This record gives sequence, structure tokens and C-alpha cells, in this order.
Amino acid sequence: MIAASRRQQRLLNLTIFVVLCLGAIIAAAPLLYMISTAFSGDAYVQQFPPRLLPENPTLSNFETAFNSRNFGRAFLNSTFVALATSALVTALTTMTAYGFARFDFRGKNVIFYTLLTMMMIPNIVLIIPQFIMATNLGLLNSLPGLVLVYAAGSIAFNTFLLRGFFENLPRELEESAVIDGASHFTIFWRIMLPLAAPAVSTVAVFAFLGAWDEYILALNFLTDEAKRTLPIAIANFRGAHATNWGLVFAGSLTAVVPTIVLFIVFQRYFIQGLTSGAVRG
Amino acid sequence: MSINLQLPSSRSAAAAPAVRQAASRGRPYYRWYVPFLFILPGLTLYLMWSVYPLAYQLYISFFDWKIMPGQVSEFVGLANYQRAFNDSIFWLALRNTAAYAIVTVIGQMVLGFAVAMLVHRVIIGKRVFRAIYYLPVVTSWVVVSFLFQYLFSSSASGLVNYVLVHLLRVVPEPISWMANSDTAWIVIYALGIWKGVGWAMVIFLAALQSIPTELYEAAAIDGAGEFQQLFKLTLPLIRRTTIFVLVALMIGGFQVFLSVLLITGGGPLHRTEVALSYMFNRAFGRLDFGYGAALSYILATIIVLISFAQMRFFNRSTLDLEY
Repeated sequence: MIAASRRQQRLLNLTIFVVLCLGAIIAAAPLLYMISTAFSGDAYVQQFPPRLLPENPTLSNFETAFNSRNFGRAFLNSTFVALATSALVTALTTMTAYGFARFDFRGKNVIFYTLLTMMMIPNIVLIIPQFIMATNLGLLNSLPGLVLVYAAGSIAFNTFLLRGFFENLPRELEESAVIDGASHFTIFWRIMLPLAAPAVSTVAVFAFLGAWDEYILALNFLTDEAKRTLPIAIANFRGAHATNWGLVFAGSLTAVVPTIVLFIVFQRYFIQGLTSGAVRG
Repeated sequence: MSINLQLPSSRSAAAAPAVRQAASRGRPYYRWYVPFLFILPGLTLYLMWSVYPLAYQLYISFFDWKIMPGQVSEFVGLANYQRAFNDSIFWLALRNTAAYAIVTVIGQMVLGFAVAMLVHRVIIGKRVFRAIYYLPVVTSWVVVSFLFQYLFSSSASGLVNYVLVHLLRVVPEPISWMANSDTAWIVIYALGIWKGVGWAMVIFLAALQSIPTELYEAAAIDGAGEFQQLFKLTLPLIRRTTIFVLVALMIGGFQVFLSVLLITGGGPLHRTEVALSYMFNRAFGRLDFGYGAALSYILATIIVLISFAQMRFFNRSTLDLEY
């Protein structure tokens, strides 16, 4: 009886493992196919039968990508835009969130609920007025201009995320620091920020990834080829008639690998950030 | 979010009673302008590039807006809104958006929950599985949109056609996925579900892990079978998480845009147009900015109303969720 149920248990465990492996293949196969195509040389015509591992792996697509159409330039542009957005968003939202979490002031609730409501409006809905404003202010083809718009778009959500975190830190900390004569900025900088490091790094990474992957604003704001960011450069590898998919995916991989590395490094924080609150009670 | 607070306990710290009292009486221990020093830098940028554009967009929507320098925009009152109301493609785009949200939310939730249950119970490779299923979530929409276009290419050597025709032999000849809207929708839905399952899984998994195992042991002793445990124990216990996932995915579903724009562009004949792609195509394709602004306003209103309605309907306290 016990032996039978133990065998049953083992069978169940094996079934779970096999089903998960099959699912993992479906989750990963498209990405493997992309990698395979990127390393396969010219791919104007798809190989038959399709291969998840390249037959004669070559770096030629990556060479072509970096030698053509300002792709290296686009990589640098994206790096600048993503780093600058991340820094700006982190600096601004930690302060704003701290202000909402730790102080009382006139209009606090009105401002906060306005932010909360605006948070539900997708950024893309504001693209028309933002585009016209950028045109009037001469910010088209300006990477710092793009950074401002990106940063503004992630303020509401990240303020909301960080406020919850700051509110959960014990209040006695700053009370005793005030008595010791510390200024409010010192308390924020020296005590609160280090304690909030996991949440702050989540925000920094989210903001970086958001700017790194952004396509539609960049497409319309940056018309000068030398100013373009990676997603635009990748899209431009698609030809009007025939597309060398190997080239498209070599470019895509170049853009995706940094994001996956970031994800792996910050995995623990990410998942904490994602699930906090969602699982409360 | 939990962190280890390696700090002396507040009671033993020498907190001065004066401040404690002041704080407890509600008298602030800071000058009135201090909070504004913290919030103003962020709010200024936000006012300039989010709040002001929202107001400016309302203004634009009352004009036949001319983007070219030298041309004069003509005030047309509510004409753009009237036009939207009578625009059959806009209505189609709205229906398509709702259908996308419903199909992909159900797909993501069912699969996400199933995978979470399995990952929760698997003995080896828990972290590896979680990471693999999460990979599509972190890959950019632009890249995966191109990737799905390639996977579903109409030739016999497209990966999906190859699997269907040559491996499974369920279809006699390769399908031209983009040639008609029904099959094009399959591609867009498949992408939406494939990319989102990992997110739902991670949230469900965290909820499952928060349930004490003693509950299951007790249920098993009382003779509850697997299905009873699932429906009587697990699902009721993770109810709030389920609602959170549902609301968040619905809000995301109504914002579908980039995949449609890059995979079908709204075609063939506007049949796969969604609300945001239609707005974008009108504004930046036809340079019809006034009409695009009106469409944006209508969409923003719909999205906010749906989000609020969902939160109120399910649970007021969902407003406190951070994710």
C-alpha cells in the first residue's frame, strides 16, 4: 500500500517535470529560433526544414549589422537614453515618493489621486500633444528631449511603487535622526534611500528597460538617422521587398541580451517588486 | 517587498519623548515647505510632459489641426467627436480591442495558473523553470513582434507551418497567416498570451508559496482529494491575487498596440485594427492630428473608466496594490 502510493507519487513528480519541460520548450523555442537565425548567415529565404540550432554558425550577421546603417551609433544612443532616463526617474521618483509617504501637506490627497488616475492612461495616448510640443520647442531629434518625455511617462507608476515601500519603513528612524539634528535631506539620503535599495534598484531597472525598448516615440521624435535608437535601427533592417531575417535577429539579440542580463542580475528584486502587495492577505 | 532591517529596535534607541509627543499630537516636526522640496522636481516634469499634454490634447481635438508650418488650423468644435461616433472602423477597432483583452486575459490566467501550480510542486529545477517561463516577459515587444511575424511566415519553412504541415500533419498545406484577419488574429493573440504567461505565473506562484502547507496536510487527513483541495482551499485562498492579476492584465489588454502595428499594421483592410493603432495611423499616417486627438481622448476616458469600474467592482482595496 505504502509502496504503491510512493510509486504513484514518483510517477506524479515525473509527470509534472515532463509537462513543465514541454511548456518550457514552447516558451523558449521562439527565442532559440531567433538565436539560430541570427547565427546562420544570410537568411532572405528561410531554411527548410527549420533548425533550432544553426548548421554552420557564423558571426557574419553581427558584422554586417555593426558595419551598416549607423547600428553602432544606435547602440550608443540607446545606452545614453536608457541610462539618462533611469538616473532621472530614480532621482525624481524617490524624492516624490518620499514626500508623499512621510509628510503631510495641503493638497496631498488631491495630487496623489490625480497621479493615480493618470497612471491608468497609457503613455501612447499622449503622443500627439507631446509630438506637437516637441516640434514647437525644437526638441525633435534631441536625445535629451526624448529622455524628458520618457522620464515624465514613468513618474506616476514608480512614485506609486516607491511610496508604498517608504510607508512601510519604521517612522522612529527619522524621528530620532531629527533629534540628532539631521536635515531632512540627510535623513532621506543617508537613512531612507539605503533602506529602500531593493525597491530603488527595481525602479532604476524598470526605467532603464522601458527607455531601452521604447519604439513609437523614438520613431516619431528621431528622424535624423544618426540620432536613432536600437529598436528603430532593428526595424530598419527589414527590407521593403525582401528581409534578411538573420540581420534583423542579430540586431534584436544585441538589444535583448543586455535586458536579459539585467533581469538575471536583479531577478530577486524584480520578483519581490512584482509580487509585493499582490500577495498580501 | 520584504527586507531585513538590521537596526537597533526603536524602543531601545534614544528617541526623545518631545518629538514622539509632537508627532502623536499631529504637530509636524518640519517646516511647511520641506515636503514641496521633495515632490516639486518630479511633479514639475510630470506637469509639463503628462498633465499639460492631456489638456493640450483636448484643445487640439477641437481643431482640424494642421501640422505643416504656415497652414492655419481651423476650429471645428465637436466635429471630430461626432466623426468618431459615426466611424465604423473606429467601432470595429474598439470591438477588436475588447476581444483581444478577453481572449488574451483568459489565456494568460489559465496557463499562468497551471504553470504556477506545476512549478510550485516540481521537485527539481524550480528556479530554472521560473526563469525560462519569464524570459518572454522581459523580451521587448518590438523584437517579439518581428519574431512572431517570422515564426508565422506564410512559406512552408516558417516554423509554425512546418510543425503543422510536416510534423503534426494536421494541415494539408502552409497557411498564409497574414492574408486574412482570422488567422492574423491567431498570431496576435498567440503573441499576447505567450508573452504574458510568465508574468501571471510569477504572481500566482508567490501566492501559492504563501499558503501554509499545514492546511493541505489537514485537508488530506480529512480526506479531501486533489480537486477538492484546489477548489475548496487553493482558489479561495488566492482570491485577491487572482483579482489583482485579472485587473492588471485587463488594463494591459486594452492597451494592445505595438504588436498589431508591427505585425499587421491594422490590415488587411483595417480588419485587425485596434483602438490605439487606429488612432496612431490616423494621426501619424494621415496627419489627421485633430481627429487623432479626439480618438485619444475617447480612448483615455474609456480606459480610465474601465480601470476604475474593475477596481470598484472587485475590491476597493485593490487600489493599494503595488506591483
